[in-house]
Amino acid sequence: MTFKEKFISTDKKDTRSGFGDALLDMGEHNSRIIGLCADLTGSLKMKSFAEKFPDRFYQVGIAEANMMGIAAGLATGGFIPFVGTFANFATGRVYDQVRQSIAYSNKNVKICASHAGITLGEDGATHQIMEDIGLMRGLPNMTVINPCDYNQTWAATHAIADHSGPVYLRFGRPKVPVFTDPNQEFIIGKAIKLSEGIDVSIFATGHLVWKALKAAEILETKGINPEIINIHTIKPLDVEAVVESAQKTGCVVTAEEHLINGGMGDAISQHLSRHYPVPVEYVAVDDCFGESGKPEELLVKYGLDESAIVEASYRAIERKA
Amino acid sequence: MANIAELKMIATQVRRDILRMVHSVQSGHPGGSLGCTEFFVALYYELMNYSSKEFRMEGKKEDVFFLSNGHISPVWYSVLARRGFFNIDELKTFRKINSRLQGHPATAEGIPGVRVSSGSLGQGMSVAIGMALAKQLDNDPGIVYSLHGDGEMEEGQIWEAAMFAPARKVDNLISVVDFNGQQIDGPVNEVMPLGNLKAKFEAFDWNVLEMNGNDMEEVLKTMQYARTQTGKGKPIFIIMKTEMGYGVDFMTGTHKWHGVAPNDEQLEDALSQLPETLGDY
Repeated sequence: MTFKEKFISTDKKDTRSGFGDALLDMGEHNSRIIGLCADLTGSLKMKSFAEKFPDRFYQVGIAEANMMGIAAGLATGGFIPFVGTFANFATGRVYDQVRQSIAYSNKNVKICASHAGITLGEDGATHQIMEDIGLMRGLPNMTVINPCDYNQTWAATHAIADHSGPVYLRFGRPKVPVFTDPNQEFIIGKAIKLSEGIDVSIFATGHLVWKALKAAEILETKGINPEIINIHTIKPLDVEAVVESAQKTGCVVTAEEHLINGGMGDAISQHLSRHYPVPVEYVAVDDCFGESGKPEELLVKYGLDESAIVEASYRAIERKA
Repeated sequence: MANIAELKMIATQVRRDILRMVHSVQSGHPGGSLGCTEFFVALYYELMNYSSKEFRMEGKKEDVFFLSNGHISPVWYSVLARRGFFNIDELKTFRKINSRLQGHPATAEGIPGVRVSSGSLGQGMSVAIGMALAKQLDNDPGIVYSLHGDGEMEEGQIWEAAMFAPARKVDNLISVVDFNGQQIDGPVNEVMPLGNLKAKFEAFDWNVLEMNGNDMEEVLKTMQYARTQTGKGKPIFIIMKTEMGYGVDFMTGTHKWHGVAPNDEQLEDALSQLPETLGDY
């Protein structure tokens, strides 16, 4: 079966809706779940939760620092707060609050961040955070998750409710192909191998998992057989899966909607450099801010599309010898 | 009503603990700790309902306290130890390596009595609000207390929290500011004047009270009154006037002792003004 036949998407949905729909679903079954939002209820798809469970939803206004502290207090009192805002405001704006009141204090707070990365689009670089994975994975106690489509975001949202401890859940704005199993089991820290291959390991996260699959279609026509692995959990990283695949293929491409600095590629390289050094090529943004534009245009301009993954694969394979 | 003389005696011992702790490690913040001693003794010996035998993070059916200006940890640690949250001998480990008594309060080592890490200023009121909301959701009658520095009022997050609490009727919250008029770089009035803090909090729709924080009787009376004002739709804010360094003549009323430990002679001088009452650790 070719890649084209194996991975089919008949539908497009935004990952943020996967979060919002899951939150609503969990609200029915778990009365300890609380929603908090800083004036972005519609954008975060938290409206249905807020309407259905008004007693368990707090609109805090445009005050993200306060929201993080309140969440830490609610968690101390035994609740499971899900705070929602844009990725930029959930990390960079409130880094010290997240660091002291949530991560260092090890509070069971779920930081749910939409509009992450460059596919936020037209709003431009002020809102397109591509440093957030680095910021969050730098915090001890913090789990960092970046699901790839609607179904996986739905599953991840459920999984983090059952996990004890602070979590950063990163998702996005645009409608993207839905291709993972709606009934998938989401295991935090367990990478998912989407295809077996021998020539190059492509580790992708978030929206770029689909792009990696599109790249694989192209590589296949050139006689290259890539292994595609979905790294939905960046921290803790599934180091076993990373090393095992690198041992098999001998070279690696990482793909993420983030800066090279601090991203998933950094996490993977850090591990490989110590345990199994192989050539690594990065599909990520190289130390610059984004700009306004349509998501698809931006992915092309900033080298985050399938052709960038194909090119990176060629480079990685060439460096093997 | 508590025996005021007894509480004052306890406060004297707590002040000795504070001085000996910061002297032993030659670091820490004695000034604010000494200024807030009456408040902590009143809170933990008289006002709050809690169990110190078995510390429970969630604080169900208990009153809970959050220290937002975490640098005055010495007074808190002393009172927690004296009230039985942990052994008073542990005070010897303050700020030393492998200790549960971190320079600023932290939960990582599991010290009983501490529910959130604090030190980076401005965060504790939000956390206290979160805990107060948790109690409202659980129909838990417990009251949530928080303490803040006056310099801390300069942090923006305080005002986010100050806006939220009345708007959402967080009326099981009593936030107290240690108004000693001093901060690291000098008098608050010079560094960044707060203006009319009472009027500001009243304008935000808090129920604002004032008290002299170094007068044990007044602290008790005001705090007991504050408690009767909970559950009436408004959060309560208490402006607690204190003198930094209170109880030691040469440390009183100056910002010089904000974050400086006494040397051997200064310790001796200070302790001579504070007779041992409950036994040193």
